[in-house]
Amino acid sequence: MTPDLLAALQAARAAKRPVVLATRLPDGAQYLLPDPKAPAALAVAAAAALHGEASASVALGGETWFLHVHNPPPRLAIIGAVHIAQALAPFAAQTGFGVTVIDPRGAFATSERFPGVEISRDWPDEAMARFAPDARSAVVTLTHDPKLDDPALDAALRSEAFYIGALGSRKTHAARLKRLRELGHDDAALSRIHGPVGLDIEAVTAPEIAVSILAEIIAARRGAAMGQKAAA
Amino acid sequence: MNEVEDVLAVAEGWRAAGEKVALATVVETWGSSPRPAGSQMAVTAGGRMAGSVSGGCIEGAVAEAARETIASGVPRLLDFGVTNERAWEVGLACGGKVKVFVEAVA
Repeated sequence: MTPDLLAALQAARAAKRPVVLATRLPDGAQYLLPDPKAPAALAVAAAAALHGEASASVALGGETWFLHVHNPPPRLAIIGAVHIAQALAPFAAQTGFGVTVIDPRGAFATSERFPGVEISRDWPDEAMARFAPDARSAVVTLTHDPKLDDPALDAALRSEAFYIGALGSRKTHAARLKRLRELGHDDAALSRIHGPVGLDIEAVTAPEIAVSILAEIIAARRGAAMGQKAAA
Repeated sequence: MNEVEDVLAVAEGWRAAGEKVALATVVETWGSSPRPAGSQMAVTAGGRMAGSVSGGCIEGAVAEAARETIASGVPRLLDFGVTNERAWEVGLACGGKVKVFVEAVA
């Protein structure tokens, strides 16, 4: 790999642009796709690899190319700069998520409590409009305060977010579903919300609850059975 | 970032500090190999390593091949696995097989 190509790859990753580094085996000829100069078949294969989020070797016209997918990190919005969030944010960052903590309450959402984490002090409806969740995003509400959680869940339900979780007891969750139904979300939509949030590992402490939430997010992302929503 | 360390950033940093660097990348796996395709390791001529291409089973052999590639400039495609004769030297205890591509950053 030439140093120029490595620099271009790193620039794309820093800019969060999805790219594929295609390497011909075994001679090492390379393209950083998308690239208008790349062969059409290679461009098609690279686009498919990006979509499937899987790096792989492919045979194209008698040649073998390794397609190395560099997608931007999946993202996690945490609503509520609370104690569980203080554990969840660094755990999620370590597993490869780009984390945004959303909380308009200035006393909670401080960089002292969340070192190195992107913080939004906007109201959740505005913050979520800016976060713009997509199919590679997860959204977790942790405030227990309907004024803050509900607008975020409303926005998440109107997106393709692959995971939506809401902290709260079964009773709290039932009341929450009732409110969200009044906002126009039907049962099918509401069934996307994981609540009570997290895998049932009998978590007690805030970091343990964070682990249970993150494990559920990973299970949903990877398609594991335990990450699917159980019937309520 | 999806890994413990950003191998490409480490490789760039080493180059900027004047070291000769090679990259090793898992390009194909079969069976229960420990690291998926795309897993990477950076190696310097001086013997520094970052990242991994297995659970630690073949890193030594890959590093040796990487230093040869740094010296020759010629990329290499390495096979590791139980059906390979090298399995007696450096194999994958898990029974998986991997192909690793080694290239110099130059």
